[in-house]
Amino acid sequence: MGISLSNKEFNNILDELKKEYKIYAPKLFKGKGRFSDTDLVRYDEISSIEEIEFGKKSYYSPKEVLLPITQTLFYFTEDKVIEPEIDHKKTLVFLRSCDIHAVKRLDEIYLENGVEDPYYKRRREKMKFILMECEKSFENCFCASMGTNETDDYSLFVKSEGDRVFLDIKDKEFSSYFDTGVETEVFPNFVKENKIEVNIPENLDIDIFKSLMWKEYTSRCIGCGRCNTVCGTCSCFSMQDIFYKDNERTGERRRVWASCQIDGYSEVAGGFDFRSDQGDRMRFKVMHKIYDFNKRFGYQMCVGCGRCDDACPEYISFSNCVNKLNEKVKEGK
Amino acid sequence: MNNNVYLPFKSKILDIKPHTDIDYTFRMEFEGDVKPGQFFEISIPKYGEAPISVSEIGENYVDLTIRKVGKVTDVIHTFFPGQNLFMRGPYGNGFDVDLFKEKELIVAAGGTGLAPVKAVVDYFVDNKDEVKDITVVCGFKSPSDILFRDDFKKWKDEIKTILTVDNGEEGYTGNVGLITEYIKNIKIENIEEANVIVVGPPMMLKFTLQELLNRGIKEENIWVSYERKMCCGIGKCGHCKINDTYVCLDGPVFNYTKAMKLID
Repeated sequence: MGISLSNKEFNNILDELKKEYKIYAPKLFKGKGRFSDTDLVRYDEISSIEEIEFGKKSYYSPKEVLLPITQTLFYFTEDKVIEPEIDHKKTLVFLRSCDIHAVKRLDEIYLENGVEDPYYKRRREKMKFILMECEKSFENCFCASMGTNETDDYSLFVKSEGDRVFLDIKDKEFSSYFDTGVETEVFPNFVKENKIEVNIPENLDIDIFKSLMWKEYTSRCIGCGRCNTVCGTCSCFSMQDIFYKDNERTGERRRVWASCQIDGYSEVAGGFDFRSDQGDRMRFKVMHKIYDFNKRFGYQMCVGCGRCDDACPEYISFSNCVNKLNEKVKEGK
Repeated sequence: MNNNVYLPFKSKILDIKPHTDIDYTFRMEFEGDVKPGQFFEISIPKYGEAPISVSEIGENYVDLTIRKVGKVTDVIHTFFPGQNLFMRGPYGNGFDVDLFKEKELIVAAGGTGLAPVKAVVDYFVDNKDEVKDITVVCGFKSPSDILFRDDFKKWKDEIKTILTVDNGEEGYTGNVGLITEYIKNIKIENIEEANVIVVGPPMMLKFTLQELLNRGIKEENIWVSYERKMCCGIGKCGHCKINDTYVCLDGPVFNYTKAMKLID
């Protein structure tokens, strides 16, 4: 079913929904961009349609709603451990098709690879998707190549046009909220092609791990890890214990986002690092996204959102790297 | 929260046995199933967690041999019997001792690499009739680096044991030389069926594997145990991933046919 309603009507319903849900969407932060006088689009809680940035790709992916940058696992006092209180509110997240596909990848790691992760599960169970459409492909996107440009895995589809909001309600749970509005046909448009096309080489094997092509990144990559933090499918974390200055016998254990591009990721006690070269780290990341994950789980990890390319301060392009890899494989190098 | 796999349990230190200045074995209270080669995440609130493999499995206890080499292990070494450490686990696949039964077995270990495989040796010392023959060949840097001296004494009377050091010291009368030299001369009756476990630092691993393959040991009969950085031990944190393999879930024990294809 599709309906259209005014922004004001929609905002009133958002207020109703907010009693039960925390609602997250990409929001524009004026002047908060990396460069002077640039803006930043990132996820935050919203309470009106006007706050949502529909027209730009968010710098960070929505994964921080599910996987906070730092998350307290438990508190410790002397020899007791105590779990943090649970937030009982459900969450609604505005996100694009590629990002919905990215959540499936996170599910694979956190719910299917070994035992379930309880912290992830309790957030994931309470999370529902509101699809945002992409009117056109953004810079660096290659979702069509990754097959993530379309999805039907959403509760609501919301489209903003001037002072009216158009909705497709797929999830019955929300029907009761939207009893006003004019019935109309509403379908999401999906991007069919991108300017960038990525060809993942077929018949990839372990030999490509030793290819000299990775050496290029040894000198180019500065190991800042931005590509990992903006990625919707990067799911690694490190454990971190902190303690309170006023009482050193109490503190908390947290997990924080980790990056395979940053020093320390593969270093064991005693100082031995299994991957100290940036070229090897690039190879590790790229091969995970387009080979290793697929080998283990049966589909590609990368969803083609292109955020890694948007974020790289050294203008290293992931899509370009994969295409280069394809050429190398064709040439037999 | 039910089944919170990240919550550690408290375990009492029953005994501490120093081997060298920096290597101590902590006997920890533990009841439950553990396999040789499995590991626990050991933690001290405020300092963090570290994956440590079991070096001995007993009724109501596990031994953890810990080298003072990092933030967490430095602090563990200041603890005394009667105090508690936090643990999670056991994790990992561990060694399947059934695979080695009724065949010849060689255990080749370098330095602390002996710890994760020691429980396999213990098992066959206690159940000698289950294995056709077992040889332990173990190398340390110098006489003062030798671990598990008491166990070596016991093993010497029970099974073929070769203990060697890279460099001798004055007054040292034991074997000197790299373990590869000793592997050359180990008597193996059925080279087709003999199993070998190799655990040690990367360089030792490389040359020992070369020597074993030279001798004609089959790739599928060689087993290794890998050490990698791990923050969760349960397939989530990503640090131990090599290619499509998670060392914490699929390892740390690997057959050589699999291990040879893992590129960090």
